Amino acid sequence: MIYESFVDLFGNEILAMFLSGAMPLTFILIFVLFAVLFERKVSAHMQDRLGPMRVGYHGILQTVADLLKLIQKEDISARDNDKILFNVAPALVFAGSYAAFAAIPFTSTYIGSNIDLGLFYIVAASSLVVAGILMAGWASNNKYSLLGSMRAAAQIVSYEIPTMLVILAIVMITGTLNLSTLSEMQTGYFWNWIIFGGPNFGIDKIIFIPLMIISFIIIYTSSLAEVNRTPFDIPEAESELVSGYHTEYSGMKFAMFFLAEYANMFAVSAIVSVLFFGGYQSPFGYLGKTLDLAWLIPFEQLFWFTAKGIFFVFVQMWLRWTLPRLRVDQLMTACWKYLIPIAFVNLLLIGIITIL
Amino acid sequence: MALKTEEMILNMGPQHPSTHGVLRLELELDGELINKVKPHIGYLHRCFEKHAEAMTYPQVIPYTDRMDYLASMGNELGYVIAVEKLLGIQIPERVEYIRVIMAEFQRIASHLVALGTYGADIGAMTPFLFCFRDREKILSLFEMTCGARLLYNYIWIGGVSHDLHPDFIRLAKDFVVYFRPKIKELNDLLTNNKIFIERTANVGILPAETAINYGITGPNLRGSGVKWDLRQNDSYSIYNKFDFDIPVGNGLFGTKGDCWDRYNVRVLEMEESLKIIEQALNQIPDGDVSSAIPKRIKPPVGQVYSRVENPRGDLGYFIISNGSLNPFRVKVRAPSFVSLQAMDILCRGHLVADIIAILGSIDIVLGEIDR
Repeated sequence: MIYESFVDLFGNEILAMFLSGAMPLTFILIFVLFAVLFERKVSAHMQDRLGPMRVGYHGILQTVADLLKLIQKEDISARDNDKILFNVAPALVFAGSYAAFAAIPFTSTYIGSNIDLGLFYIVAASSLVVAGILMAGWASNNKYSLLGSMRAAAQIVSYEIPTMLVILAIVMITGTLNLSTLSEMQTGYFWNWIIFGGPNFGIDKIIFIPLMIISFIIIYTSSLAEVNRTPFDIPEAESELVSGYHTEYSGMKFAMFFLAEYANMFAVSAIVSVLFFGGYQSPFGYLGKTLDLAWLIPFEQLFWFTAKGIFFVFVQMWLRWTLPRLRVDQLMTACWKYLIPIAFVNLLLIGIITIL
Repeated sequence: MALKTEEMILNMGPQHPSTHGVLRLELELDGELINKVKPHIGYLHRCFEKHAEAMTYPQVIPYTDRMDYLASMGNELGYVIAVEKLLGIQIPERVEYIRVIMAEFQRIASHLVALGTYGADIGAMTPFLFCFRDREKILSLFEMTCGARLLYNYIWIGGVSHDLHPDFIRLAKDFVVYFRPKIKELNDLLTNNKIFIERTANVGILPAETAINYGITGPNLRGSGVKWDLRQNDSYSIYNKFDFDIPVGNGLFGTKGDCWDRYNVRVLEMEESLKIIEQALNQIPDGDVSSAIPKRIKPPVGQVYSRVENPRGDLGYFIISNGSLNPFRVKVRAPSFVSLQAMDILCRGHLVADIIAILGSIDIVLGEIDR
């Protein structure tokens, strides 16, 4: 484990903890640099455009240039803002999405904090984001921001329910809330992934597959809503609310929201991949195992973990640039009248099968 | 005692990404429900009508371009037809064909902007860029013909400013072949998308009766199921030579006259415009395009009202001549101006998000409303 080796290296637990905790931050920052460019390129190629082409080869350094621009920008704050809340909100939103990374296992050797209530903790931590968004909307003292943040709060809170129901179903099968254990269970080949019925063979594996696919669709849909991506980007609906709760923010504070959004996108993708697609586990066994190189395995795991995460982030982008957005009441209808009942029935069926 | 409640007044615009220009909507909201919409116009007022009185007749043409800047060719055509009626001159056959081809290309270009921005309003960015990509090809054709891409000053009294480029007909035919599959692509991506239908069907219903009473014309009227198109009902230029249909809304996914119907009428109209262009390109005769342009335009005393079917509806010009070089009065009946009046009745009882959908579906251009 990386934390233990840090302790051995520095002989200081606090320093080791700090370094170990900062690792996801490095990961997030690098990921965001990549993801922003990736999103622009994906959208451009979907729309018959080239996207950024000027900064570096095919615009590779575009995000860096954007970041430099954002750092230089004036930090505007309107007269009637609630100053304290206005300044705290972006930090809180980012903290919420960063905190979720603490319980996600990146490889079998690295997890920020190997707590047994990992899944529960992530759901709780990401609720902090709602508070931050509400604060931002309220403190901006702008009608559009307020409308945006109210919508965001309603949406995120509602969509947490189907997410929780699906997580509950997974917990019923696997009997653990620990993401590390969950990933460990799905080792071996891809048919051991939970979406393919989990690691144990038998008749229930086949019965589980359709139910798992339904669960996956539910959790992925609601995760889209939780990160405010199209078709659920109503809080930021630019054609209606300009840009929702972060309309009044500029410069680095805006960048914080932006960072949080992309970090969140990866976080939900990572959770989905841990829950259904084996997390960091390779689908075809490890090269390190065949070649007898133990040090290679964590790197392979990191590769698979990132690849799966980026794949689901890509799907989010793909949906964003294809679909129109729902209306606020249709969004609530979709959640309360369709997703939640289906998730309940799904939970019930899985429960019955597990008992039998 | 009942609690005293207050309605929230929200000003949407004039600087708002979805007001299609500088329109300000004063919304009376009850939560997210709309009680009343009051459009405030005039942010783009440029005194077109007053200006025209100080100009000679040909000098007015560039000003007409700037009214409905997405359909400049149509504006020019309407004005020019009115002046020609006043002058009583005959124009060469070839000029008529060129004018029709240009007007129909302009209709497609204008509808592409309307459909694309409508998609963007609903939240789909990709159709928007697809539409602009195709519009670009039409603009290139225009640029090839007269050198301008947006404000052409191309259709002149008695003729057109330049004859067609030798390659024009070939490229225009290529475009027709290229564009047909693109309409299907747009339908797959947006028109028949479930979410798009959810957002637009049964929203902003405009009954035929109301539409007629308000004097609404163009795709907005046809979306309500009224088969009324000046190109056939009060034919001008040489439109009676062509075979084309008038698509009307039929309430396929909701009620007749909802946003989806108005949107779909525009999609179908692009197809019909392609038909007209195809026929005109095949039939166009040779000839001189500038032979009938008068040296000095000085119409006799009198007045004329003439109207054409612009992409946004019935565009009318009322011109009074006092026998001098300048028109005494030019009055424009702008279709967008009339359509905007229906905003209030269309929006009542809907949600804030629907305002965007409704405003986009009536497809206004502020340059034409404010003039």
